[in-house]
Amino acid sequence: MRVLKAYARSPAALIGSAILLALLVMGLGASWFYPNDPLGLAGRPLQWPGANPRFPLGTDPSGRDIAAQLFHGARISLLIGFVATSIAVVIGIAIGAVAGFYGGAIDTALMRLTEAFQTVPNFLLLLVLVAVFGSTLQTVTIAIGVVSWPPVARLTRAEFLSLRTREFVQACRIQGLGDVHLILREVLPNALPPVIVYASVVMAVAILLESALAFLQLSDPNVPSWGNLIGLGRSVLRTEWYVSAIPGFAILLTILGVSLVGQGLNDALNPRLAGGR
Amino acid sequence: MTRLLVDRLTVRLPRGADRSNAIENVSLSVASGEILCVVGESGSGKSVTASAVMGLLAPGLAIAGGGMALSGEDLCALSPEAWRGVRGRRIAMVFQEPMTALNPLMNVGAQIGEMWRVHLGLDAAESRSRALAALREVNLPDPEGALRAFPHELSGGQRQRVMIAMALALEPEVLICDEPTTALDVTTQAQVLALIKDLQKRHGTAVLFITHDFGVVAEIADRVAVMRLGHVVEEGTAREVLTNPQHDYTRALLAAVPGLRAPEPRELSPDTVLEVRGLTKTYASRGLFRRRKPVRALDGVSMTLQRGSTLAVVGESGSGKSTLARCVVGLLGTDGGQVVIGGAPLPTNRRDAAQLVQMVFQDPYASLNPRRRVGAQVAQGPIAIGVPAAAAMAEARRLFTMVGLDAEAVDRFPHEFSGGQRQRIGIARALAMKPEVLVADEPVSALDVSVQAQVLALLRDLQDRLGLSILFITHDLRVAAQLCDVVAVMRNGVVEEAGPIQSVFAAPRSDYTRSLIEAIPGRALFSA
Repeated sequence: MRVLKAYARSPAALIGSAILLALLVMGLGASWFYPNDPLGLAGRPLQWPGANPRFPLGTDPSGRDIAAQLFHGARISLLIGFVATSIAVVIGIAIGAVAGFYGGAIDTALMRLTEAFQTVPNFLLLLVLVAVFGSTLQTVTIAIGVVSWPPVARLTRAEFLSLRTREFVQACRIQGLGDVHLILREVLPNALPPVIVYASVVMAVAILLESALAFLQLSDPNVPSWGNLIGLGRSVLRTEWYVSAIPGFAILLTILGVSLVGQGLNDALNPRLAGGR
Repeated sequence: MTRLLVDRLTVRLPRGADRSNAIENVSLSVASGEILCVVGESGSGKSVTASAVMGLLAPGLAIAGGGMALSGEDLCALSPEAWRGVRGRRIAMVFQEPMTALNPLMNVGAQIGEMWRVHLGLDAAESRSRALAALREVNLPDPEGALRAFPHELSGGQRQRVMIAMALALEPEVLICDEPTTALDVTTQAQVLALIKDLQKRHGTAVLFITHDFGVVAEIADRVAVMRLGHVVEEGTAREVLTNPQHDYTRALLAAVPGLRAPEPRELSPDTVLEVRGLTKTYASRGLFRRRKPVRALDGVSMTLQRGSTLAVVGESGSGKSTLARCVVGLLGTDGGQVVIGGAPLPTNRRDAAQLVQMVFQDPYASLNPRRRVGAQVAQGPIAIGVPAAAAMAEARRLFTMVGLDAEAVDRFPHEFSGGQRQRIGIARALAMKPEVLVADEPVSALDVSVQAQVLALLRDLQDRLGLSILFITHDLRVAAQLCDVVAVMRNGVVEEAGPIQSVFAAPRSDYTRSLIEAIPGRALFSA
């Protein structure tokens, strides 16, 4: 309750929530606003926004409606962002919690694994995964999740390291409670707030990664994602720049919304900041 | 003459705090060569008063009325720049925690020398020689070496001496001491108090001394002001306030100060419930490049606890008493020796050990999970050993009533309770397992003195009703005297002396025990 109130008091959090809510409505209502296939040919290619009242945001080099792609793309971007983030957070928390709670050799082994992932630039790793496993929507989403967990694991581990020696955890040990209870019921709820906040960063990065893949035409070409649209606009960037700029602006807004929500969560979950207002 | 005058000062708290003003109409005055002790429990506003006088109020707090004057000069009218000239030079401060008040990356000589370089513009050589003289004055052993030492290389008492040397470097008119000896061991505390008193006499400094401990007041104060909830409830000379208190609150506080009288000896059961045999624990230095020597925290410690009695383990920091407590409950493994409970060695299985021995922790704020309901935290132990959840919760309610809490409070979260109430929950949690032995690790040292007395009374009452056997760890002989039948004095991992508390108090055999007893602040006043 206190957290909700603090969250609602932060203007950043409210603006961010509003942006994300609008995107959600766009994505969910895409089939209602634009019932036709957004990848189907709709009219003359490369019409400027506003030039034809049928296409308020113009058409792309193949003559497809940009507005329709934008609405259907919102669904894809949010889906990829959400699912990939969930994958990254679940893997990261599991590895970080076990490493931080047990320490010693287990910690060393898991942290070396984490570092092995971190030393490879994650976009390169993503390219390799997509090259090997193909570029359907599922593989792209899973691949983004798989390359994004190491920072989550490190953060969770750091929280666990400091929390596991706290007196309330010791008290539970003395009460005879098992490790599973200690990890899930005692330590994890106290370790979660910074991880939740960080998840918003992971989500923003996941959306960007998908767009970058699509720009290189390595994402799923059969779905109308924003990245695909930017990629299409690349060849006409100097003359019909709006083809890339419109989805680029949509990505910018989405990342901004996610970051603002993250910042609001951070302020709300940090009791010292919430109390100081 | 009056150095510091605080006149009907009111400091406003931010909206949404538990009261509107941190302090209200507080009037104090300190003359040169005088020590005024401001005494109060937590939340009394004594520290806010000190920070107002330093011009260092926390963000959100603001002066709402009244005034302050330093040697007749109005402090409330000072600009931030003018304040910088006053702080350190004319009003200096000694903090509670000397480790965090010193910069860990600067050596002591540089930190003290900074006072003269910044305020008087002296060169490095001159400030160094002055720093050396200052360290000599606070009786640091090897002042030359101390100049080059970093804060972590000094002991707590030595660091506090450095802080005092720094505070007095520029001959301030007023010295503010905010609980300067609370973090120190009792023998060190006695030395530091004597040092402050001696220096203050020699320099004629006016001292505003903040403390919660009436023993310290009895040692050092010329005059006393008792604060409660932001008001000064009583003020007078130390003699008057300590021997003839007028206000009920002062009387209650004084009555709660544990006396040094040993309790009447009780008939002890011949049945030994806990036996510690030759326990040894070494903290090894780990890693390739650690040069630290391994520390012997416990070195062949043996003691026995009779059923239904209380054994106090008394020692200063580093004596190994907390390590002992953690070994007895099985949180730490041992390097040698045995812990025997009820005739059998302590089982290594966590679940079996839980039914034999339980622990009450020192810090009531850290020992409860802030995100879970307190009832669940009490009931989870029994549930883990197979008690049905409903029965465990019913038992938790019963235990809450037993420790003096409302049975309905089981559904609340820890932050809704005060420190003393949380400690009661900690006791209920330990009792829920029906242990043979209860280990209490400094259970009252984080509590205000009046709350301390209540929690000790509760432990004693529970012992009478349930026949509890308690291993009571404490640094404070006065607290031990409240509750214990047998006392073991530890030092550097070794038991220096053990025996019935009456005989240890009346005729201590070891010099160390004697020095501990002599160092108790306010001994002359409160042992009567």
